[in-house]
Amino acid sequence: MSPSPTVKPGGTAERTRDTAPGSPAVALTDVVKRYGRGPGAVTALDGVSLSVAHGSFTCLLGASGCGKSTLLSLVAGLDDITAGSIDEVDRPVAMMFQESALFPWLTVSGNVEIALRVKGVGRAERRRRAAELLETVRLNGFEHKRPHELSGGMRQRVALARALAQEASVLLMDEPFGALDAMTRDILHDELERIWRERNLTVLFVTHNVREAVRLGDQVVLLSSRPGRVLHVYDVDMERPRRIDSTPVAQLAAEITDALREEVARHGD
Amino acid sequence: MATETRTPAAEEEDRAGRLASGLDELERTPVTETRWGRFATRLWAGTWPKVLALVLVIGIWQLLFFLEVKPAWVLPAPLTVWQDLSDFVVTEDYRRAILITMQRALTGFALSVLIGSVLGIAVARFKPLRAAIGSLITGLQTMPSIMWFPLAILLFQISESTIMFVVILGAVPSIANGIISGIDYVPPAYKRVGAVLGMKGLQLYRHVILPATLPSFVSGLKQGWAFAWRSLMAGELLVIVAGQGSIGALMQGAREFNNAPRVLTWIITVLVIGILVDAFFRAADNRIRRTWGLAQSD
Repeated sequence: MSPSPTVKPGGTAERTRDTAPGSPAVALTDVVKRYGRGPGAVTALDGVSLSVAHGSFTCLLGASGCGKSTLLSLVAGLDDITAGSIDEVDRPVAMMFQESALFPWLTVSGNVEIALRVKGVGRAERRRRAAELLETVRLNGFEHKRPHELSGGMRQRVALARALAQEASVLLMDEPFGALDAMTRDILHDELERIWRERNLTVLFVTHNVREAVRLGDQVVLLSSRPGRVLHVYDVDMERPRRIDSTPVAQLAAEITDALREEVARHGD
Repeated sequence: MATETRTPAAEEEDRAGRLASGLDELERTPVTETRWGRFATRLWAGTWPKVLALVLVIGIWQLLFFLEVKPAWVLPAPLTVWQDLSDFVVTEDYRRAILITMQRALTGFALSVLIGSVLGIAVARFKPLRAAIGSLITGLQTMPSIMWFPLAILLFQISESTIMFVVILGAVPSIANGIISGIDYVPPAYKRVGAVLGMKGLQLYRHVILPATLPSFVSGLKQGWAFAWRSLMAGELLVIVAGQGSIGALMQGAREFNNAPRVLTWIITVLVIGILVDAFFRAADNRIRRTWGLAQSD
């Protein structure tokens, strides 16, 4: 591996460049999100436009206060936008969070099944599909365990299986590996990449870890802070699977980190 | 190692799988103690202090008897009470009294659970209702239930309803408060997951909010039972319904005949029932804590 990475900084500011052929899976146009009213209102997102191609992996990157989690909530429909529009090809979308938020009153299998139960899938079918999904995340044999008996990484895999059970083609991930140790995170990167490819998912992945973004993303979207705007869109044309500690990943990560630092320093003036 | 039948991709896949399961294995907490070993140690650790305490109490009692602090017909010897207890427990009167009292307790408690749950969910769900009666419920909880009897007797005369009224008034606030605080403290992350999975309204309550309140609900039940039981004992001593030889009625009768051993027999009986019911609630509570992975309480 290690072909020379061709890295082009994204188009100037807000407007995204043309993405892959075909319609985007998710398209945001001039999205504005304000909390509160009047002079006390806080603008979390200010004119964010973004196009996410079908089957692509997009990482949203930014310092604190860039509204990256807000952006995901808006795409998920958990919150209403103030202005602009969000076009999604298919709803609902699946979502995963930093905390696995597995229900302690259910077994591992039950936690995956709950996604199907809401949709009215019958018991036998639920069980069968949950077992299949747990195999996908390599947790077969853990069906009857309780969440507290699993490690952090395993819990996130159950949460991933639960998200996959929704059978949405778009998967939103809000810093899903933020609380894990480096080794577990590396393994989960490999697993996520495999599942993303096998299932032809469109992933929108929020992180504050630059290397993680470069390791995973087809494109890395750098957001400014307070208010959140799209600063740059980086294309990551590197062969997969990538290693988080490889030179090309480190080089691009360094470049993005510099841009991120500049953005953070701007707030200190 | 590398056989010609395996593609590099399959090998890579295999390696990834082994790495993941290796890490899983390392991260699991090894179990060192056997279930039985732990059970026996815990049983012993829980038993000997109780036995010692019992021996001490009976010893002091016996001493007071020897010293004749009170006349023997007021404060009988432990052995006299034991004699009365063992003679009395086999009689039909004893069995019937416990049956009547437990029937009242369970009916009152069941009604309280029903009313308390509905009230708790309603108060947690509707803001104006909470503003209206939220603090009233907590206030009622601190009210000694014996205070209700004069009013209850005026309302229902000397009847079963009088006792039920007070038992329910005693237990409902605790049960309602258990549900309310349980709903208030459902982790927001759970509700968010519910929303992402497409749950709305009733579904969210059924699959997320109500199950999440379980630990709080059970501690509300436990407290509610304690209040119901106390109210019932007070009620049975004050409101003696004709023909209903309940624990309280028979105990009051024993006092009227200056039958101190019998009074003490009933005290011991009520204490034992209380301990048994408490053990039941504690077992339920521990079970939930264990399966949920919450801190062990013992």
